Amino acid sequence: MNVLLGLVGSEESTRALRETIDRTRETGDDLTIAIVEKPEIDRSPEETREEVRRAIAGAGIDATVTTLEGDPGSALVTEAERGGYDLLVIGGGTESPMGKIRLGPITEFVLLNATTSVKLVR
Amino acid sequence: MTRSRTYPDESAGSFPNPPATVEDTDGRPIELTVLEPTDEEGFDDLVAMYGEFDPSDRAQGIPPTGEGRIRDWLEPLVADGVNLLARHDGAVVGHATLVPETDDVAALDDLGDVEWELAIFVHQPHQRMGIGTALLEHLLGEARRRGIERVWLTVERWNAPAISLYERVGFERCGGESFEQEMSIRL
Repeated sequence: MNVLLGLVGSEESTRALRETIDRTRETGDDLTIAIVEKPEIDRSPEETREEVRRAIAGAGIDATVTTLEGDPGSALVTEAERGGYDLLVIGGGTESPMGKIRLGPITEFVLLNATTSVKLVR
Repeated sequence: MTRSRTYPDESAGSFPNPPATVEDTDGRPIELTVLEPTDEEGFDDLVAMYGEFDPSDRAQGIPPTGEGRIRDWLEPLVADGVNLLARHDGAVVGHATLVPETDDVAALDDLGDVEWELAIFVHQPHQRMGIGTALLEHLLGEARRRGIERVWLTVERWNAPAISLYERVGFERCGGESFEQEMSIRL
């Protein structure tokens, strides 16, 4: 399967990265990791890229790493379509102090607009 | 995790304090009491209510199902939060809770320093009888008594009855550009 993983540098992205790398090691999927710039996140795209490089090397898998510019949600949906991917994987929300699952605006945009299947990693 | 919301400038005014006995719309007595963290029996009664909760009424993943997951979810809420139980004939029929947006509530000198997330659940056979409103008002009374100033919640956008209930007691809509509507109140 041809898989596109979208990362915005948040905590939920870190979970999605770990889960997807583990899964890729088991399945041998073709994995592309797209880092999307999100201005309000503390971590810079460079830091995220470094984390991704370490994770890939540590797992001993092959993956293409790319950076997407522009609005995060639409950049991911467009890349998933143009690249002919079978699956778009993104972080599946954060939890409030109460334990309520919260989906951010990027997730909502991707769910409502993607023409590929979407996987949310909790 | 600091997530700063906008709050109304004005305080919402006064609310009744628990403990109290109110009547539901059928005239049945409903007792409202604070659940203290040390009250193990009260905790078990609360777990029992969630054990019978209709899972189709879940909102944003809570309450969970299965006794183990229900206990894991409730333990930090009861340890660190402010919790109010509604009982009819001894059984818990409703629960309102406030959870601080901090990992270490014991370190707070003033509970007004952090924001508190609110949620209310009423067991299905007792819904639409005024118990949710009574829980909400008395929980806000208890919160104010303890010095809590800022309370927020999220509610699914389609849930108009809940949104209008919150608006009646003084909550205002504050952002939330996603599936959920965020609302806040100043005590």
